Amino acid sequence: MNRIVERFRLLKKEKRKAFIPYITAGDPNIGRTYDAIKLFAEGGADIIEVGVPFSDPMADGPVIQRAMERALRSGTTLKDVLEVVRKFRLAYDIPVVIMGYYNPFFQYGLERFGKDAKDAGVDGVLTVDLPPEEAVPMKRALNKNGMVPVFLATPVTDRVRIKVIKKVAEGFIYFVSVTGVTGEREGLPEEIKEKIKHIRTAIGLPTVLGFGISGPEMIERFYDYVDGFVVGSALVKRWEKACLSEEGASEFRTFFIDMAKACHGE
Amino acid sequence: MKRGYFGGYGGQYVPETLMPALKELEKGFYTIVRSRGFKREFSGYLKDYVGRPTPLYFAGNISKRLGIRLYLKREDLCHTGAHKINNAIGQVLLAKRMGKKRIIAETGAGQHGVATATAAALLGLECVVYMGIEDMKRQAINVTRMEMLGAEVRGVDAGSRTLKDAINEALRDWVTNVRDTHYVLGTVFGPHPYPTMVKEFVSVIGKEAIRQLKTKEGRLPDAVVACVGGGSNAMGIFYPFIRYKEVGLIGVEAGGTGIETGRHAARFAGGRIGIFQGAKSYLLQDANGQVLKTHSISAGLDYASVGPEHCYLKDTKRAEYVYVRDDEVIEAFNLLCQEEGIIPALESSHAIAYVMKNPSQFREMLVIVNLSGRGDKDLATVVEYMKGNI
Repeated sequence: MNRIVERFRLLKKEKRKAFIPYITAGDPNIGRTYDAIKLFAEGGADIIEVGVPFSDPMADGPVIQRAMERALRSGTTLKDVLEVVRKFRLAYDIPVVIMGYYNPFFQYGLERFGKDAKDAGVDGVLTVDLPPEEAVPMKRALNKNGMVPVFLATPVTDRVRIKVIKKVAEGFIYFVSVTGVTGEREGLPEEIKEKIKHIRTAIGLPTVLGFGISGPEMIERFYDYVDGFVVGSALVKRWEKACLSEEGASEFRTFFIDMAKACHGE
Repeated sequence: MKRGYFGGYGGQYVPETLMPALKELEKGFYTIVRSRGFKREFSGYLKDYVGRPTPLYFAGNISKRLGIRLYLKREDLCHTGAHKINNAIGQVLLAKRMGKKRIIAETGAGQHGVATATAAALLGLECVVYMGIEDMKRQAINVTRMEMLGAEVRGVDAGSRTLKDAINEALRDWVTNVRDTHYVLGTVFGPHPYPTMVKEFVSVIGKEAIRQLKTKEGRLPDAVVACVGGGSNAMGIFYPFIRYKEVGLIGVEAGGTGIETGRHAARFAGGRIGIFQGAKSYLLQDANGQVLKTHSISAGLDYASVGPEHCYLKDTKRAEYVYVRDDEVIEAFNLLCQEEGIIPALESSHAIAYVMKNPSQFREMLVIVNLSGRGDKDLATVVEYMKGNI
């Protein structure tokens, strides 16, 4: 069984929420990415999301934009991203989702990507700029190799879109908390609770909340409405400092553990 | 053909957040834009506000010099100085009818930004224009014009600081304010329905040209030549000619300092198929699918991808795509100034340059060049180029 599906079953049984930390691969270099995901795995991550750097990340805010720039400057390619997952997979069984923009996958070749990603131990792929209407070739390549395509739902997802998304989505739904780009927010709108409830029931997949998750109190506030939380920019911002000083590194670890605890209801 | 596709090109490659807005826009396009009331209002503005029809001018001096019969479609005489106003008014009118309160746009050369700021002022909507800070330097006059018109110009200090980065930032704004904002995309690019919708708003250019040439010469031209950045002025003049197979269609890309130098924006000559900013199209990219920096003396052509329908016209061989270098463009710019007393935009000068460079290909032919904009905005660039600073 796909590791993502398995993990959500386990979480449900244990009545916990998934903690899904994100890191951009190659920020600041691919060696450090291995350190990061190892730390994620050992610090209580349930699923790890690894970003493939792209030159024009149109759905990302300044923090992840800069991370992608750093990653590209260090010469990171999709092949390197798969390599780091492969290395990780030798030692860990935690599911890995690759997040990226479509063009690097498309240029790599979807057939080849499906095979290589499977070999490396990838479990799911979230392609930010690939709505269900355009996702058939990618879905086919993933399914052929036992992986799942992950799709987004948003505060503006209406009844029509829910149907379209339901047809193709697998693994889990990534609910985007706000209309906007990635990045920490001070608060999230209360009204999305209703929206999430509706989408979660209508699609029938585990639903995780992402975009703007900035601290444990936010996780507590939405705890009963979702099946997990993606923490991206808040970690990436601290990761930048973690790579520069021991003080930054310890701050990163503390924040990471607080977020993990919040997701696990501790 | 799949809806929103031209052959294998086009589509809707955007984050889910934008999908409802694109569906709404699609609906607005197929119902509002194609309604009689909208058409009447739009053509009223084109006539009395933009100044249409623009003249089809016989460029006698250059014709004699090159041994051809050259007509210029004078889009430079449109209000605001370029063809961009046709699309801007169409989209802002649509946005208003769709109940949107706020307009955003990207701009490279500044012409689309000025056109959108103008339409927003005319129709009373709030307007924000994103522009790369590199382009703000190159096209300072247009920044001032937009501000005078009441628009807010937001400088984009990311990536190559040019058009593609301005589009990224406009898309980020749209994702954020999608409920009350319409994004006035300035060319036949981006996700469906933009390529089709923009084409519909600009194809008045070609329709007029057919009628005007029939009056003057009693026939169709042998060739139509236009510069291609995103490709809206080219599509505007090409589209009504597509059904007349005997008319050659030639799109001219920015060859920069030459394809071999890597400093250019010739997508057909140097690119391959990729997915970028909402569409599948030809793209200048590296082996790993990262988008490359482009170069052109003209900010309006300095873009890594091209309208998807142009790819289809190329594949089906209905149109031919060529390029010229910066130095040839400057030569054409000077020629038009001195021979015809017309200061053309550097973008439009690409089309002139191709004809000038290949007089034997066009000998004795009846040729229309789309003079897509005027060159006042480019004077500083040309002066710097002459001094050897560019």
